[in-house]
Amino acid sequence: MEYILLIIGAILVNNIVFAQTLGICPFLGVSGKISSSVGMGAAVVFVITLATLVTFLLNQYVLVPLSLGFLQTIVYILVIAALVQMVEIILKKVSPSLYSALGIFLPLITTNCAVLGVALLVIQKEFTLLQSLVYGFSTAIGFGLALIIMAGIREQLELQSVPKGMKGSPITLVTAGILALAFMGFANLV
Amino acid sequence: MSAKINQWKNFSKGILKENPALVLMLGMCPTLAVTSSAFNGLGMGLATTFVLVLSNMLISAIKTQVPDKVRIPCFIVVIAAFVTVVDLLIQGFLPSLAESLGVFIPLIVVNCIVLGRAEAFASKNGVFSSLIDGLGMGLGFTFALTLLGMLREALGAGSFFGCKFIDGDGIIVFILAPGAFIVLGFLVALIRHLSAKKN
Repeated sequence: MEYILLIIGAILVNNIVFAQTLGICPFLGVSGKISSSVGMGAAVVFVITLATLVTFLLNQYVLVPLSLGFLQTIVYILVIAALVQMVEIILKKVSPSLYSALGIFLPLITTNCAVLGVALLVIQKEFTLLQSLVYGFSTAIGFGLALIIMAGIREQLELQSVPKGMKGSPITLVTAGILALAFMGFANLV
Repeated sequence: MSAKINQWKNFSKGILKENPALVLMLGMCPTLAVTSSAFNGLGMGLATTFVLVLSNMLISAIKTQVPDKVRIPCFIVVIAAFVTVVDLLIQGFLPSLAESLGVFIPLIVVNCIVLGRAEAFASKNGVFSSLIDGLGMGLGFTFALTLLGMLREALGAGSFFGCKFIDGDGIIVFILAPGAFIVLGFLVALIRHLSAKKN
């Protein structure tokens, strides 16, 4: 039950894009088409879950025992960058079809602040390893969900006539704001 | 004389014409997340400026020593080091600001403005030009964040830098995440409209 609440909380109530405003750059950048947003969402789920696992273990067994907590930021960002690179290399070898589907989105993920954000948040919230993994995974699902909903709306928006000054990012931001308002309706769910 | 004018152009482009947050749409996460009050926006902007200026200077100084292939990881380490410095300084001297900015101070590492300037400017230009560029971009970002923070605070809490000017609450949704998206959206639209008129 505890884990179900954690999952619902991370996907709907505290949605990483609409409630915590993390990972906005890829959210605005890649939400133009449904197909590419599905690819990006899948890549993010993969990397966030893996990054949460590695950074959690590293923090627990290396940084804390050696009292090197102040190196957290540097170590985490290096781990994430290395991890993304590694995932890219492994995918290329093991599953070329998945690689070509995720291809261009993988390198972009290093600068997705949702990845580093989740890694730092699970330490701050003092989660256990399993809780961290569940939280990381469902947060990433929430990110993918936000991306796909937004892409669906933007595909429709292409066909509408938007005032000149509002074209492009302004209308996207306002749409995201209205979506965020809708997501606030989930607030009392947990 | 012309060198001086160039440095001025170099400085001022970040504030208006190439404002990172309002025109280039970079660094969106902190722009949306921490601008619930004018003071938070100002604090975040200045912290980012600090990192931007120092990392620009150091990266410009070491640019000839770093092999081209590993430059991005090297830049990230330099940036992460300065972010750690800022993080510890804010925790030490401004604990209340550290509390309200929370996880967004370490997240300056992944702010695309910092790595973007390192890659686009500091890795190609001298130390002094990079300093000016970092300062201009940083202050432009600070300006954008403070402006957004002021608007959201005025609408959402009815106050200006913490001084209340109405009785009771404002429209609370403007302090929350939806307000951030909506206010920024209209602000960017206004700026585009004005600059289109000027041309």
